[in-house]
Amino acid sequence: MTTITVPLYRAAHGRTGDKGDRSNISVIAWHPALWPLLVAQVTPEAVAVQFRHRAPSHVRRFLLPKLHAMNFVLDAVLDGGVNDALNLDTHGKSLSFLLLDLRIDVPADLQHLLAGPSEG
Amino acid sequence: MQTSPSTPALLIGCAAGFSGDRTDVAGPVVDTLVARLAGGPPGQRAFLIFETLAERTLALAQLRRRTDAEAGYEPLLDAMLRPVLAQCLAHDIRIVSNFGAANPRAAARHIARMAKELGQPAPRIAVVEGDDLSAAEHQALLHDTLGAAMDGLRIVSANAYIGAEPIAAALDAGAQIVVCGRVADPSLTVGPAMSHFGWAADDWDVLGRATMAGHLLECGAQVCGGYFADPGYKDVPGLDNVGFPIAEIAPDGHCTIGKSVGTGGFVTEATVKEQLLYEVHDPAAYLTPDVVADIGEAEVQAVGRDRVAVSGVRGHARPTHYKVNVCHEGGWLAEGEISYAGPRAEGRARMAGEVLRKRLAGLDLRVDLIGAISILADDAGRALAATPDCGARDVRLRVAATHADRAEAERLTREVMALYTCGPAGGGGVRTALTPRLNTISCLLPRERVPVGFAMVEVDA
Repeated sequence: MTTITVPLYRAAHGRTGDKGDRSNISVIAWHPALWPLLVAQVTPEAVAVQFRHRAPSHVRRFLLPKLHAMNFVLDAVLDGGVNDALNLDTHGKSLSFLLLDLRIDVPADLQHLLAGPSEG
Repeated sequence: MQTSPSTPALLIGCAAGFSGDRTDVAGPVVDTLVARLAGGPPGQRAFLIFETLAERTLALAQLRRRTDAEAGYEPLLDAMLRPVLAQCLAHDIRIVSNFGAANPRAAARHIARMAKELGQPAPRIAVVEGDDLSAAEHQALLHDTLGAAMDGLRIVSANAYIGAEPIAAALDAGAQIVVCGRVADPSLTVGPAMSHFGWAADDWDVLGRATMAGHLLECGAQVCGGYFADPGYKDVPGLDNVGFPIAEIAPDGHCTIGKSVGTGGFVTEATVKEQLLYEVHDPAAYLTPDVVADIGEAEVQAVGRDRVAVSGVRGHARPTHYKVNVCHEGGWLAEGEISYAGPRAEGRARMAGEVLRKRLAGLDLRVDLIGAISILADDAGRALAATPDCGARDVRLRVAATHADRAEAERLTREVMALYTCGPAGGGGVRTALTPRLNTISCLLPRERVPVGFAMVEVDA
């Protein structure tokens, strides 16, 4: 069986929230059948690598199997947060798109469940 | 009231998700509520909420109140409320909001004047109080918790995130409009539901469910397709006229989310899931002053067009302490921008950034190359340093720094301006800004040390 490598945003969607210097980013499978792939591949370790320039002090992953979703909580990634960061995006609202740009491997029989065009 | 399986759902519409939200959205929400009440079962009730406070909003409101004793509430209050106030009063749709910000009593007076101008009888308006801990008499209380962290701070605002109980009490006492300052966002929904269904303040499961209903409502359009669209991947119809949400809350606290009729956007399982997890950390422990809500086993299910039901939410005993945010003066933020375009634009922008780094020794400078690498990068410049020149042909250089001393911060804006003649070739469109900064520290205070309550406002409009 052939697998293809795709950006995570084809298999999942998500949104960023912030409280202080802590960011949370949801990752929600577009289809229940894609959920096990996310659990296996979108690990806290993989997310920490994707955010290495933000130097998170801690990355936690919470699984919500009934929503086919996971919630990542990244500590100390907002350069102090909304009142302290020099970033234009002090809330880190754009960070969901950094996470959703991770690459994951999808087997052939699940590829029809992916969202959007293959180029993005 | 006694609840039975036939008890009608409580309708709660939300017409603002933050200070600065659209002000033409309440009309369709209220029209929808009026139509639902007209066609609904006997005994059905509806509320309208506006959520207009964020972490910084209150501090900015306190600063306005310092210069004008009748200011310090939501600046858009009139624009948000005036279009629907008469209709709400006529149809017994009660209004709950935190648009009182740093001055709920002045907001109440404004609303009373508005009602009079609209030819309405004087409405019964309550203010919820106790959240504001910025007065001199609260210094000792804060110092007990913050200790040395408070020394030397010039405090602008200090507010406890208080809960639904005083809102429910004000409604029980007959208030038609409840004006709050810093109550927790979901409490704007929990308060009306507590009052309407007669829930006890320790009925944790129902409070947890209503809290998540409030959480889904509190960001307005964000559960109706706002902040969701990504063309080609997440297409949303009619975003220019996106609708605002209406929750139907059942007697057990669970809700079905819908939206105002005749508007754009949509309510789908996907939009509800994104908003359910928004600003949540541990899904089994979403902390509010009313309850610890638990969505670890929550489910969502589409039950019709633009209707999604939430189930499986639980609640646990509320925290013993209130969260308190203390905002203080934080020196000066200096920002400057200049654009480069055409061949080698990125190279010229990078060179300008290096020039500024040398000229501004002593300031911790953030450098952005907008159009190449900016908001995903870190303040320390690790991502920028790791990103080679990719030949971008339209780049806006932005630099930013802070300093306690205004004159030091101002060096940045002057050096960016000087790039016009002393920097690389072809730079244009300089903009600079020097703004006072606010910083925040948080602490916890035992609930019993923060008395809260409501007062009916006697207004001579």
